[in-house]
Amino acid sequence: MMKRDDCLKALARHVTDADIVLPVYSTAFDWITIRPHPLNYLSHGAMGLASSHGLGLALGRPDKRIIVLDGDGSLLMNLGTLVTIGEVAPPNLYHFVCENGTYEANGGHPIPGRTNVDFAGFARSAGYRAVHAFTDLKIFEQQIGAVLAEPGPVFVDLKIVATGPQERDYSRIHGPHVRKAFREALAAG
Amino acid sequence: MQVSAETARETATLAGGGIIAAIKESGIDYVVSVPDITTSEGLLRPLAKTTKPRLIRVCKEDEGIGICAGLAYTGKRALLLIQHTGLLDSINAVRGVAVEYALPICMMVGLLEKEPGVPPRQSKRYGVRIVEPVLEAMGIPYHEIETDADIGKIKPAIDDAYAGSHPVVMLVGRRPS
Repeated sequence: MMKRDDCLKALARHVTDADIVLPVYSTAFDWITIRPHPLNYLSHGAMGLASSHGLGLALGRPDKRIIVLDGDGSLLMNLGTLVTIGEVAPPNLYHFVCENGTYEANGGHPIPGRTNVDFAGFARSAGYRAVHAFTDLKIFEQQIGAVLAEPGPVFVDLKIVATGPQERDYSRIHGPHVRKAFREALAAG
Repeated sequence: MQVSAETARETATLAGGGIIAAIKESGIDYVVSVPDITTSEGLLRPLAKTTKPRLIRVCKEDEGIGICAGLAYTGKRALLLIQHTGLLDSINAVRGVAVEYALPICMMVGLLEKEPGVPPRQSKRYGVRIVEPVLEAMGIPYHEIETDADIGKIKPAIDDAYAGSHPVVMLVGRRPS
């Protein structure tokens, strides 16, 4: 099992200034510390919708890589998104799920089916072009560059340990200044 | 023989081709949809045969809210074509994405089993009666699309949503031909 921030640091080394990244909840707070950038798309409006926003961005900006950093609880709220993305098959969409088996931002309660659910299996059967699962940080660090070079849609299941309480200032995610910065950065290129 | 106003409303027509033409004139690039029986034959089936706008089939309506939001940031116009049950199911996404983030989420919503010619608030269907009050409570502008005379509302409604960056709902009250 891996630590989320270690995975995100490894990923950040391969994310370029042109990429759009959509992290959710706990991952978002880690990510904006590791990689603060106006092309972080942080305001998703309702739990579970990050990958749907990502699909819209992927369709509208085929010139950019769209990297969704989902949570397992979030993805369970919108499993149909896997089927939709599989059918639309945007080649520029990279869908990660940080699987820690808990609703970490809502008290750390276990997700339903935490010992049974196979997110990679869901994505594979939904039609993603490539599906990966990682439990070892060193292997993830070795392979992430190649994964991000594959044509999408790509699904990556990161098996991580749950972390403890986290300081969360939600204005850093939902504040209007965040969306304004994103809009301006996207319009600029 | 005189025809009563009520009979005239009940027998009025709504041309699906006219609605589709208005959608195209509004510059809609994508139609995102969960099938709805009111609009199935007159709108969704012919739209599925065109490449512009491109049809994206989704599994659930709130997915569509997210997709339309992402497209809006890229400057692409989208229309979410759904049933009023799906709208009600998606209220939290509409609240967060469309209203609180002030995004131009344009929704065309079939009113399942609404009686032709009957105003939505006077329908015998509870689910239909509550749609407009719910939209008013959320501060979302809406337009009734009941007869051919209403088709002219579509393009201005969509243009206004994008110009002012706010959601809009168009309520389709009978099956388009």
